[in-house]
Amino acid sequence: MEAEAAKFIGAGIACIALAGAGLGIGTIFGNYLSAALRNPSAAQSQFPNLLLGFALAEATGLFGLVVALILLFVV
Amino acid sequence: MATDSGHGADVAGGGHAFDPMHQFEIQRILPLNIGGLDVSFTNSALFMVIIVVLVTLFTAASMGSRALVPGRMQSMAELSYEFVANMIRENAGTEGMKFFPFVFTLFMFILFANMLGMIPYAFTVTSHIIVTFVLALVVFVGVTIVGFAKHGIGFLKLFAPAGAPIVLMPLLIVIELISYLTRPVSLSVRLFANMLAGHTMLKVFASFVVMLGFVGGWLPLAAMVAFTGLEFLVAFLQAYVFAILTCIYLNDALHMH
Repeated sequence: MEAEAAKFIGAGIACIALAGAGLGIGTIFGNYLSAALRNPSAAQSQFPNLLLGFALAEATGLFGLVVALILLFVV
Repeated sequence: MATDSGHGADVAGGGHAFDPMHQFEIQRILPLNIGGLDVSFTNSALFMVIIVVLVTLFTAASMGSRALVPGRMQSMAELSYEFVANMIRENAGTEGMKFFPFVFTLFMFILFANMLGMIPYAFTVTSHIIVTFVLALVVFVGVTIVGFAKHGIGFLKLFAPAGAPIVLMPLLIVIELISYLTRPVSLSVRLFANMLAGHTMLKVFASFVVMLGFVGGWLPLAAMVAFTGLEFLVAFLQAYVFAILTCIYLNDALHMH
């Protein structure tokens, strides 16, 4: 296999990280919603934590993107 | 800070019409060379100057009147002050308020950098990893110094969680040490990757609009509008996350878990 082809395949595989990010973001928002519907009065106070969790989960997916970009353009 | 040229230039793959990486290219506005070191005034440096001027104007000019009943601009400045102050009080305690000027500067700089980057044809300073890495490194080194200054050599107890079985200690110390040392990397890559990915995505979708033309371009245009809204959210969120993680790290250094 050519090195160029292997690079593209590797970059494609690195995008699987998005599955984890999707799972994480879905879990965070789903759990927040179900908890907020059970106890709406506590929902507002936990909103910053929701945003923090969302950003942390999203970042892991973006690390995969960085790996893909490095494979495509740097290696 | 503005010495790395060709960060995005290497990425650009020739004369492509819709090159999504072109917007990250660093251009020299005022070429300068001191002792073999390239210290040119670049578009990145220009936007950093603009950001600092804007933040200074926003806070200084709006608080100039010092009215008891704040006007529009004064309430915005007070709102941002309260926002950051509450963030520090909740995450690092009242002791952390000593570091308010630092966290506020960090937050406002990143927020304005992200928001200015959303203006078409503007340069996004935070889309370059060297910029975000230096910001994260300042936080990391600063927090470590604060920890050692406050607790002396006892700060090393941070790496040995209390109450853990002694057999596990060698393993735990290694894990804690690695997680502590990767903090600047994760902090900087998070901000940089969000900005890079967001702006690349916007550019790719914008090129779809042009390619599909008047007939089919409306669908990607609608998506563009939605994504732009999302990008504004991300721009704010990443500044918020950077600041709140700084507060959490400060809390570790001040109160040892």
